Amino acid sequence: MPTGLFHTTYEDDEKIFHTLWVKIWMGGLIFFLFAGLPFVASPLSSFFGFSVQHMANMIGIFIIGAHGLNLLTGCTGQISLGHGAFMGVGAFTSAILFMKAGWPFWFSLPAAGLVTAGVGMIFGIPSLRLRGLYLAIATMAAQFIIDYAMRNWTSLTGGSGGLNVDRPSIFGFALDTDLRYYYLILVVVILSTIFLKNLLRTKTGRAMVAIRDRYLSAEIMGVNLFKYRLLAFGISSFYVGVAGGLFAHYNLVVSDEHFTMWLSIQYLAMVIIGGLGHVLGGIFGTIFMVLLPELLRIPTEVLSNTYPNIFAIFGTLRELVFGLVIILFLIFEPDGLAARWHTIRAYWKLWPFSY
Amino acid sequence: MSPGMLHFVQLVVTGLVIGSVYSLVALGFVLIYKATSVLNFAQGEFVLVGAYICLDLIMRFQISFVWAFFLTMVFSVILGLLVERLTLRPLIGEPIITVIMVTIGLATVLKSIVTLFWGTQIKVFPPIFPQKPLNYQGIVVSQVYLWTLGFALLFMAIFALFFKYSRAGIAMRATAADQQASQSMGISVKKIFAISWCISAVVSAVGGILIGNINGINITLADFGLKVFPAVILGGLDSIVGAIIGGLTIGILENLMGGYLDIYFGGGVKEVAPFVVLVVILMIKPYGLFGTAEIERV
Repeated sequence: MPTGLFHTTYEDDEKIFHTLWVKIWMGGLIFFLFAGLPFVASPLSSFFGFSVQHMANMIGIFIIGAHGLNLLTGCTGQISLGHGAFMGVGAFTSAILFMKAGWPFWFSLPAAGLVTAGVGMIFGIPSLRLRGLYLAIATMAAQFIIDYAMRNWTSLTGGSGGLNVDRPSIFGFALDTDLRYYYLILVVVILSTIFLKNLLRTKTGRAMVAIRDRYLSAEIMGVNLFKYRLLAFGISSFYVGVAGGLFAHYNLVVSDEHFTMWLSIQYLAMVIIGGLGHVLGGIFGTIFMVLLPELLRIPTEVLSNTYPNIFAIFGTLRELVFGLVIILFLIFEPDGLAARWHTIRAYWKLWPFSY
Repeated sequence: MSPGMLHFVQLVVTGLVIGSVYSLVALGFVLIYKATSVLNFAQGEFVLVGAYICLDLIMRFQISFVWAFFLTMVFSVILGLLVERLTLRPLIGEPIITVIMVTIGLATVLKSIVTLFWGTQIKVFPPIFPQKPLNYQGIVVSQVYLWTLGFALLFMAIFALFFKYSRAGIAMRATAADQQASQSMGISVKKIFAISWCISAVVSAVGGILIGNINGINITLADFGLKVFPAVILGGLDSIVGAIIGGLTIGILENLMGGYLDIYFGGGVKEVAPFVVLVVILMIKPYGLFGTAEIERV
């Protein structure tokens, strides 16, 4: 019996699934997500008091965006406070192309990604000369500028009322229910996760990680800083743009209210709480952040017997808890949920001989 | 004066007043950045908390303005100390993103606490300064504006003198220049960090009270804190003079752009113009007017 995982070749080290069991578990999980979740969704919904199917869809959409931000912030070390607005760019692009220009969904969704990638790269240009701090400010400015455009460019975005969007159909198969749309989201999530995981194993991915760890050394080693930083911005924005497109067709209405600074902060919280630079981190963090407000509802309902007007301040309480969670995580678990997951897994793998 | 000219001067004067408050808050921001290398995204929340505390002392406890002002200062010192001790000190040495994120979390917490206590309705300060507007050759300036400008300049002068001559001020400048060297000279860097947060909270609260007297306060006052970013980027992140000039410039600039461009863009240009300026500055002169350019040697 092996007492641990020992790699003897580079090929071995770079494998996605290191052991057969990981592969089996992963297959089982994907099988469950495709075939099992729709069946358990409705009993779980009545148990928790919120629609599990809807939550699964939202988690899926945000995982794609969080992957994007994780590539940029976690793997390349570029802080972005503008991903909420970039998601809005994607949502509006897809909505406008689909509803106004009559493009098929197959084209409007990737187009949303591409347009967002372009916008993201424009705001990423300062990243050549600027370090983390300045970049955070530059992307924050991007958030406000795009926000303003979404609100005031009424001829294009419908202003404060927003745009109504229809659910698309693919090859005559209408994605008109939450469950049907779920499969679309699931496929995109799996594709984006595989792409991200593989990207990090390539030359490009290693260059990005090198930039994050020590960009001066990376540059001396021959990594073109500008190219890879801009590329990271582009791919990251593409991800979040696709997420925006999916969100637009799922939510049926897009307006600037969905894509505020608050969303950007939530995205950052997702990748930080999940674990910067880990593919799993984006997934864990998103699940945590999306479920948190729903789970908060349960103690709120209990408390509402003693404090009847607690629902009036529920939104504020949610923000308070959200802020506290961020602070506490940063102080006590700075490596995020993914790192915790790895320690737990390592413990059980070697149990009871963990030394 | 011709009507066009009058309009222009009016816009500049109003911008100057708002800009002076920006300068004050930006001063607090730069102070923290210089001493501790932390970008404080919760600066606007300091403004918010200060303004609400002062208002509450006046309205609920019927304290005179002067006393309420001093009590708010005391409260801000405590707030600054608590924030530094509880959230920032455990994170010394952590990566930038962690520190930025913790101030964002802090902003969320402070903002929601304010909402819990005071709601989101706009509240108006009781008139403290004389109401009668002054008229100088057709330029109408209400006295509140002049008082605000005066107070802001007064506080800036006080802090300039503080940094130049007082022991703590010199120690702070030393720490900003070189932490290790100042520590080896017997300066307690931890104490300096705490003082920076206190002063920053205090000047922000002053800014909040001043701006509250002009516009009234509600929760969106926190966005005011975000306007310091264009100001400090223009002036240079680590320059106190830069913060003051940057604040004044951004105030005038946003007012002018709002005044002349609103009709073309359907309103609200004031809110976004500073950020457009910010992006442009970052692209052409990233370290601002007075900031130190970082030179990296390998």
